[in-house]
Amino acid sequence: MSEDGAGVPSAVAAGSQDQGGTGRTLYLEIFRYNPADPDSEPQFRTYPLEETPGMTLFIALNLIREEQEPGLQFDFVCRAGICGSCGMLINGRPGLACRTLTASMEPRIRLAPLPVFELIGDLSVNTGKWMRGMSERLQTWVPATVDADIDSIEAPMEPELAEQIYELERCIECGCCIAGCGTAIMHERFAGAVGLNKVARFRLDPRDTRSDGNYYELIGDDDGIFGCMSLMGCQDVCPKSLPLQTQLAYLRRKMLRAGLIATG
Amino acid sequence: MTLSARALPARLDALQSVSGLLLALFMWAHMLLVSSILISEEAMYRVARMFEGYYLFGRAHPWLVSVVVALVLLLMMLHAALALRKFPHSAGQYGAFRVHQRRMRHGDTTLWWWQVATGFLLFFLAPMHLFGMFSQPDQIGPYASAARVYHTHWPLYLVLLFAVELHGAIGLYRLALKWVVLPGRPPQQLRHRLNLLKWGLSVFFITLGLCTLLAYFRLGEQISDRPGLRYPPAIEVNP
Ligand code: HEM
Ligand code: SF4
Ligand code: SF4
Ligand code: FES
Repeated sequence: MSEDGAGVPSAVAAGSQDQGGTGRTLYLEIFRYNPADPDSEPQFRTYPLEETPGMTLFIALNLIREEQEPGLQFDFVCRAGICGSCGMLINGRPGLACRTLTASMEPRIRLAPLPVFELIGDLSVNTGKWMRGMSERLQTWVPATVDADIDSIEAPMEPELAEQIYELERCIECGCCIAGCGTAIMHERFAGAVGLNKVARFRLDPRDTRSDGNYYELIGDDDGIFGCMSLMGCQDVCPKSLPLQTQLAYLRRKMLRAGLIATG
Repeated sequence: MTLSARALPARLDALQSVSGLLLALFMWAHMLLVSSILISEEAMYRVARMFEGYYLFGRAHPWLVSVVVALVLLLMMLHAALALRKFPHSAGQYGAFRVHQRRMRHGDTTLWWWQVATGFLLFFLAPMHLFGMFSQPDQIGPYASAARVYHTHWPLYLVLLFAVELHGAIGLYRLALKWVVLPGRPPQQLRHRLNLLKWGLSVFFITLGLCTLLAYFRLGEQISDRPGLRYPPAIEVNP
């Protein structure tokens, strides 16, 4: 997902420029560090910027890169809260830069890269690598148990069930729930809300024939569901408002049952 | 891996929650019983005799209190051993969590920190109280307890009160979030109410505890010139 700081050309931001300012000057304190450069020192640097109506952090960062700091690294693709690449710490809390209006904040705005993930440079982190590792450990896919016949029509699914699956499928893997989770901050291998939510999603799917015992093998330990300490950071920062508390509590009960039944 | 080793994480998680639940309920019941001194000295006297089995056997057996204390201590040891798994294990983890907590300024994350801190305090302070009750179960009564509070124990009880009532209420709140599928999508409103309820319970029990402690302290002061004085009960108890 996050490969480099290229993002979208700043022309996208240009639209808002000719409407005149809001009269506010913003001061963006941006974390600057390039791990690839041995001379680079981690630091916050402040960039002043005239606010324009309807300005998002996405627009603000593009203006700064265009006018003040051509080397600034950050990630964007969709600028509409869909791709999940623009997660960052906004005044200390994880959030999507493209969905954050500067008008909703004090003029001094502090931006830092998401913790836990590998830093690429400045605000850009490699969420993709983490997500892939998690996905492989948790096997977040439908295992092929029978040879699928691609010529036959797929079995229909109840609309309510499809709706439930879709609700969880809305996760954009932005990584905010990981950066907002005290457990994930302390324990590197913790699957986090994003991973556990995925297991909950596949558990609902009738095409996934795995039993709770199988899921227990994947998440029935302190790196999985029993590691979650119910701090609710995930729930409170998820930009897609996924029902994470509900899923985590539900999964915990199911996995407790699966674990206790295992003793026979 | 044997079957039972596989089941261990599930069991430990359930045991941690169950032990916490039992302890929290016990502590509330305990607070209500101890506060009987606010009704009258006689009320507290009768509560104490009740736990010595007086109303059951027609005779007081203080060793029954020792048995209950031992069970509570065992339950606490189990709970603490399980909760230890969740403590930050290294300077790295500790530092990372504290930085995260300050950066996020997030209520529930901060609450967890307080739960760990108060749990750590309870580790050391609760046994001090428990051993006293275990070894001298016959020294529980309006005057004997008041003298203890007044002369030596009030600082211990003061700290214990805050630690237990914060730790227990936060623990129960988190138990609800952990196991109960809250309605609402997402259930922010209900969670907010639970949080208010949690604070309400902490404040109620801390207030009750402070009043109770003050009552014992005052009584202890009044009788401080008569060491070893026993309460003369209105009911007859043949010891
Ligand atoms: C005497 C009274 C105690 C009461 C009423 C009590 C109550 C509770 C409750 C209800 C929970 C929530 C359980 C859960 O999250 O699964 C809890 C968790 C916890 N307790 Fe206690 N506890 C007591 C003593 C202690 C002691 C002595 C320690 C010290 C080691 C301790 C440390 C913890 C910790 C660190 C947690 C958090 C565990 C987690 O996040 O999963 N508690 N306690
Ligand atoms: S669960 Fe929410 S916060 Fe976590 S990755 Fe998915 S969309 Fe982002
Ligand atoms: S509830 Fe807390 S511990 Fe569990 S995944 Fe969410 S933020 Fe992490
Ligand atoms: S740019 Fe795609 S989510 Fe923000």
